[in-house]
Amino acid sequence: MGFLLENVVYRNILDIPSLEMPGGKVTCIIGDSGSGKTTLMRLLNNLISADRGIVWYRGVNVDQTDPVALRRKVVMLAQNPFILPGTVAENLLIGLAFAGKEPASEETLAEILQTVSLGKSLSDDAMELSGGEKQRLALARVLLLKPEALLLDEPSSALDERTEGEVIKEVVTLAKKDSRTLVMIVHSLDLARRFADLVVIVKGGKVEVAEGVAGA
Amino acid sequence: MNGVIDIGFINLAAGYLLVLVVAGMIKKRRIGKETELVIAVFRMTVQLVLVGYVLDLILGSERMWMTLAAVSVMEIFAVLNVYQRVQVEMSRSFRRVVAFSMASGTLLAMGFFFFVILSLEPWYSPRYVIPMAGMLIGNSMTGITLGAERLLKGVQDRRDLIEGVLMLGATPERAVRETVNEAFTAAIVPTINSMVGMGIIFLPGMMSGQILSGVSPVTAIEYQIAVMLGILASVAFTVFIMVTQGSRTFFNSRSQLALPVPEKIAKGTL
Repeated sequence: MGFLLENVVYRNILDIPSLEMPGGKVTCIIGDSGSGKTTLMRLLNNLISADRGIVWYRGVNVDQTDPVALRRKVVMLAQNPFILPGTVAENLLIGLAFAGKEPASEETLAEILQTVSLGKSLSDDAMELSGGEKQRLALARVLLLKPEALLLDEPSSALDERTEGEVIKEVVTLAKKDSRTLVMIVHSLDLARRFADLVVIVKGGKVEVAEGVAGA
Repeated sequence: MNGVIDIGFINLAAGYLLVLVVAGMIKKRRIGKETELVIAVFRMTVQLVLVGYVLDLILGSERMWMTLAAVSVMEIFAVLNVYQRVQVEMSRSFRRVVAFSMASGTLLAMGFFFFVILSLEPWYSPRYVIPMAGMLIGNSMTGITLGAERLLKGVQDRRDLIEGVLMLGATPERAVRETVNEAFTAAIVPTINSMVGMGIIFLPGMMSGQILSGVSPVTAIEYQIAVMLGILASVAFTVFIMVTQGSRTFFNSRSQLALPVPEKIAKGTL
């Protein structure tokens, strides 16, 4: 079981009579800028609450469960993720600390950097990284948390086409290997079709659902 | 030298000549602040004359309720002053926290100061309580103003960062920890700095006043040290309560950041 939205209304931004995003699968969300994609994602993570309707995660109403505990299971990565002053390793470890988890070994940290194709040393200054590298570092940080469900808001917006394909492929492979639920906002239908089991198209606050090639 | 030289009305009036000189300077340089200057001097004069009479009444009576009333009035004016001076918009719940922290922090410090350090007899002795309370409350007011402004601005500026941290499963308290600590530091630094320069760069007002009124410098210094410690505790208590409790008002019961939503998020483009 993954996410289920029933009669969800949020201000005049979203109006979703019904939407299911299956657990253990990859859902890609696409839509124009300002269509409500991020708002939809924030509802799943309970960073905001719907004005009407219910958002269910694994059969639990997200508005009636401990929000911090929920966010530790359903982790979201913002489109413009934060990087704090310090080394690459410190930026990875702070995520675990925020989520109340034990620190990871250097080996694990190095592995996760490979997963996101970030060829940097753990002792490098994170503030010196380029925009695309920072985005991958932040992605590595959330992958390290190994949540049940991962919500990624345009995780590859600052990457070139080739790196984007590589990184998303790795993330999807990793999620599928552990049967994690992955919900990703991506900027192109091509990308969505390539990787998604389910494609959700958000248009003016309404959603349409299409099968992805991966799920076909 | 014994006793204090009474300045007298005529001599005091001569003091206002200094104001005229300053006003003339400002006018000549076209700084354009002469009206504010005159109003400030006028207000200072009227306020001090009035407070002089009120203090004369309170000190003469030695009544507990009068002391308590005077301290309450000081607390209320201090809180109103904070509301007026903080330039960032405060929510109703944040304002309540400001009032609560001002009252609880200063009372805590004053309690220790009057009962333990001074061992006052009676505990409400207005000659001690009123001037000391004034100093503790006044400094705490400045501290709260600095701390509140820094905290409110810090949370507004770091909204994306705080939400980014919440998204990872951090508690609201953890998500604002750095902002809260910075606000606390900003509020307490002036008090710490003032202690560093004290006695070398400047002689504190209370000590100077006591020396002028014939108290031995050693006694005056004892009081000054005690007052500085009291001020430090009072500022630290009030600001600590304000920043820790105040930071909770930024979140709702769902641990969501509940500040006014900026356009870009409201439109869903973020």
